[in-house]
Amino acid sequence: MIVWTDIFILMLVLADFRLLATSRLAAVIQTTVLQAIALSAFMLTIADRPWPLLLIFLSLVTLTVKGVILPWLLNRAMREAGVQREIEPIVGYSASVLIGMILLGLSFLIFIPLKSSVSVESSFLLPGALFTTLTGLLMIVSRKNALTQVAGYLVMENGVYAFGAALAVEEPLLVEMGVLLDVFVAVFVMGITVYQISREFDHIDTDRLSELKD
Amino acid sequence: MLVSIVLIPLMLGLLALVMPWKGARRALLIAGAAYHSAMTVFLGLFRKDAYTSGAWIGLDSQGLLFLAITSALFLAVAIYTTGYLGRDSERKVRDSVEGFLFSNEPEAMFIACLLLFLTSMSMVCISRDMGLLWVAVEATTLVSAPLITFHRHHRSLEATWKYLLICSVGIAIALLGNYFLAFAGHGKTHLNLDNLVAGAGLLDQTWLKAAFLMLLVGYGTKMGMVPMHTWLPDAHSEAPSMVSALLSGALLNCAFLGILRGHTVLAAAGLGEFSGELLVFFGMLSMAVAAAFMIRQNDYKRMLAYSSIEHMGILALGVGLGGLAGTGAMLHAVNHSITKGLLFLVSGHLLFTYGSKKTYDVRHVIRTAPLTGILWVAGFLAITGAPPFGAFLSEVTILKGMLEADRWGIAIGYLAVLAVIFIAMARIVIPMAFGLPQQDQPVEESPLSKKEPLWFAGPAMVMAFIILALGLYIPGSVWNFLGQAAAMKGGF
Repeated sequence: MIVWTDIFILMLVLADFRLLATSRLAAVIQTTVLQAIALSAFMLTIADRPWPLLLIFLSLVTLTVKGVILPWLLNRAMREAGVQREIEPIVGYSASVLIGMILLGLSFLIFIPLKSSVSVESSFLLPGALFTTLTGLLMIVSRKNALTQVAGYLVMENGVYAFGAALAVEEPLLVEMGVLLDVFVAVFVMGITVYQISREFDHIDTDRLSELKD
Repeated sequence: MLVSIVLIPLMLGLLALVMPWKGARRALLIAGAAYHSAMTVFLGLFRKDAYTSGAWIGLDSQGLLFLAITSALFLAVAIYTTGYLGRDSERKVRDSVEGFLFSNEPEAMFIACLLLFLTSMSMVCISRDMGLLWVAVEATTLVSAPLITFHRHHRSLEATWKYLLICSVGIAIALLGNYFLAFAGHGKTHLNLDNLVAGAGLLDQTWLKAAFLMLLVGYGTKMGMVPMHTWLPDAHSEAPSMVSALLSGALLNCAFLGILRGHTVLAAAGLGEFSGELLVFFGMLSMAVAAAFMIRQNDYKRMLAYSSIEHMGILALGVGLGGLAGTGAMLHAVNHSITKGLLFLVSGHLLFTYGSKKTYDVRHVIRTAPLTGILWVAGFLAITGAPPFGAFLSEVTILKGMLEADRWGIAIGYLAVLAVIFIAMARIVIPMAFGLPQQDQPVEESPLSKKEPLWFAGPAMVMAFIILALGLYIPGSVWNFLGQAAAMKGGF
């Protein structure tokens, strides 16, 4: 099973690089679907077979929320705002990928001293999860398009969720459901706000939202 | 019993969404607020039943303290809101900065979100599980975002966007903190506060420290701790005044509760010094940076927002030092919330009377609207810690705690920053209240501006009375209660 865990984590990490490298919003949204599949699949690979029913349920819900509903919401917001791609990111795409490589290296370094205290079988899991979180953060700070930032939030949340998935069964279902619900509502509310911004300003470039300052 | 404090506002909120009659909707808001305060008083007096070890929800001393603050503030805001909506919800309003006309959000949405905001904040106060706490804190962000865009124009949208994105990212980091806590328990501990505190000795210390850092950054973002505070002045200045009052007086406290829970766990694991020192550092930093931005501030709502950052700094500082300073910080939370609620309500009336958020447009309030002027000056004296108001007592208690702990350097820095803030605020507030208007631009006097309506004057005067009373006499039982809340035991 550990092979499969590693493969899915690898998928998550490769998806991160695609997110950093592309300018097209549609590609970003597609890649989050890929991440959702990897995430919900590897939740299963960590647990021993036969899988508890609860875990299968949780994995399916994760797939539905992160892989179907949220991408659909983002796609709709994209159509309504009429924006196809990121025009001028603050950090360019090649530079983003380079920064991504450095972050990946750092993620592995950080967990060397912490490894002993947690029994996670795959040595890729924690660095991969941290890297995904950092990729999301990088997308939020280095892109101007509000929708790319929302996608970045989603990616970051995926990374954090991967940490949680590493613990698999121990967290009560109620909390997991609450987390998923919150992420869903967050993207929903952000989508509405992006729509309002695009109607009010005729663009969704957040660097031009700069009137309020001291 | 306890859960009704969450369920009733939730149901009323959903009902308000579909309620077609205006009067009935506002009645729902008042009913929600009234039920909530009555229930809080009842639970506060008989709370032996409201707490079982290991349960998801329960009312411990810290939770009760913050719940009571939220409840009192919400009641005042609810009364204010009904009057405010009666005046502002239908008409087109002229923007105070650029002069264009805009309309407000549908009233049903606004009232529903207010009630849901109360729901989520109550949930934060009563949850005894770190996971549930997280879910509730994130929910507060989502339901309060529509409150900030009540005025539909571009600046409020900008503020909402910053608020949503920065706080959501921050709270995602707090979730990471929760998972790190679970790692610290080797994946076998439930994140229930009782379990965590009871089994604290077995938790892995390295992960525990990492977890606290994440919780501090995450909930600290929501609490407005420097350097994660950047959303706060924007959101507070663009939101309608009663929403600013709730954000500042209730929401920031709720986020602070998240940090307090983390501190409780670390203290139980013997790492109280680590987390305490971090709180002291970020507390001092927040105070100092807020003071820097308050000097020469020319927007009085932003000034109040920075003052909130300062007071959150004081809370973190007091709790970080512990002992008597911790007790003082708990008292200070009460004083700050009520005073800031008062000041924001008054600022709302100033904004209505003068039609400007700029300090230099507001002159001679004491003549134009005497009651507003008196409340504005009283609020200023109270918030800067001048006697005889409550904040004076709590700030002196924190100072005494510092001296008892032999932290002279911290005490000197604390006093210096407080002095700077007093002078900075005095230079803004005193000319607003007593300064004569410039001759070349006569103030347009609208017929409404002379008289304060009862829905504003009533809650504001009661709040002023409370902060005065808190400064004059605090019964011994209340001191005991505050001491329990500050003891970081995680229980009664």
